[in-house]
Amino acid sequence: MYPFNYHRPQSADDALALFKAAEDGIYLAGGQTLLPTMKQRLAAPTDLIDLCNVPDLRGIELETQAVSVGALTLHSEVAGHEGIRSALPVLSSLAGEIGDSQVRNRGTLGGSVANSDPAADYPAAIVGLGATIHTMDRSIEGDDFFKDLFETALNPGELITRICFPVPERAAYQKFPNPASRYAIVGVLVADFSGEIRVGVTGAGPCAFRASGIEQVLNADLSPESIDAVEVPESGFNNDLHASAIYRAHLVKVMAKRAVADLLN
Amino acid sequence: MSEAVLVSTTVNGDVVEFACPTDEVLLDSLRDRVGLTGVKEGCGTGDCGACSITLDGQLVCSCLVLGVEADGRDITTVEGLTEDGELHPLQQKFIDHAALQCGVCTPGFLVAAKALLDRNPNPTETEIRYALAGNLCRCTGYDKIVRAVQASAKELNKARR
Repeated sequence: MYPFNYHRPQSADDALALFKAAEDGIYLAGGQTLLPTMKQRLAAPTDLIDLCNVPDLRGIELETQAVSVGALTLHSEVAGHEGIRSALPVLSSLAGEIGDSQVRNRGTLGGSVANSDPAADYPAAIVGLGATIHTMDRSIEGDDFFKDLFETALNPGELITRICFPVPERAAYQKFPNPASRYAIVGVLVADFSGEIRVGVTGAGPCAFRASGIEQVLNADLSPESIDAVEVPESGFNNDLHASAIYRAHLVKVMAKRAVADLLN
Repeated sequence: MSEAVLVSTTVNGDVVEFACPTDEVLLDSLRDRVGLTGVKEGCGTGDCGACSITLDGQLVCSCLVLGVEADGRDITTVEGLTEDGELHPLQQKFIDHAALQCGVCTPGFLVAAKALLDRNPNPTETEIRYALAGNLCRCTGYDKIVRAVQASAKELNKARR
């Protein structure tokens, strides 16, 4: 790691002030991606702003037809939370499949979403469930949040406070994990909001997106077979040592079919 | 060189204070400042689990936690498993089942297995494999490790009755 200044602010306002004063500041929200990135010298921030003592960024609230999760909530907390398991089981099972125990005990919802790793699991839930990302100064719709590889709609220094997930009638998430890291080679979340189907895809492209072609056929006929008719072009998909773009395009359909079968069960 | 910060922690029940450069990971603090070399560095990027410890009871990779983040927290390392010089049943069962060869991954496995059994005294094989998924062994494979954890669970439960 290159040297940096370490700060542990006690409020969100202080965190933002530290960010603005820093030459190249970054928030620490669990560090399960940031710290290895810094150790590999792929990131060299001048100031690390640890959010662990900032209040109001934690906690899970069950609302009518929605689950609101604080940005610093651990993956293991989402996976194990009884209220989420009964109100929105797709979210707890998705969180329980992220990485391994050690990562889930340290990694946070806000940290994962703000990073917009193309293979992260949560982004599939953000777009698939149509979540709302609340920051200190505004609310961003899930559909508008992910912009590109590691790029989001967040402004520099803008801090996610909570994420609100609408509760569908039923939903399912299926992923093809990288066997070593358990990052999603492709992950697909299918949600049924009283007959309106949403399909969120992660892992395939530079960032999570809605598969409108698949949504269209599922809105007409909610069955795994109806997905056979959809063309998923590989153009623009990720092509790396883990999987080719063509294979990822194929996996989008396979995972979508499995998710629909799971959802209908 | 980053500035050093005073970090106060509890390690295996003892109050421990050390001056820690901000860019030092907890793994290095534990090994080089506290002198607990049971915790091992494998990959250094959170993949292998050899550096597993518990932080306030939660299993984490100490290579992906800064030393300064441990301030005010409660740490358990593999050295904290023994009581009065007696091996923990997990340690004894790892020996009995030959659940180790080179031994580098063993401290991490023991801490991870202890975290599991503290939470779930009767894990199924699937639950054991799920809980230990973040710990890699490149020598024995995992079968003997799973058997050792199952045998420890049985013994610990017998002792509880």
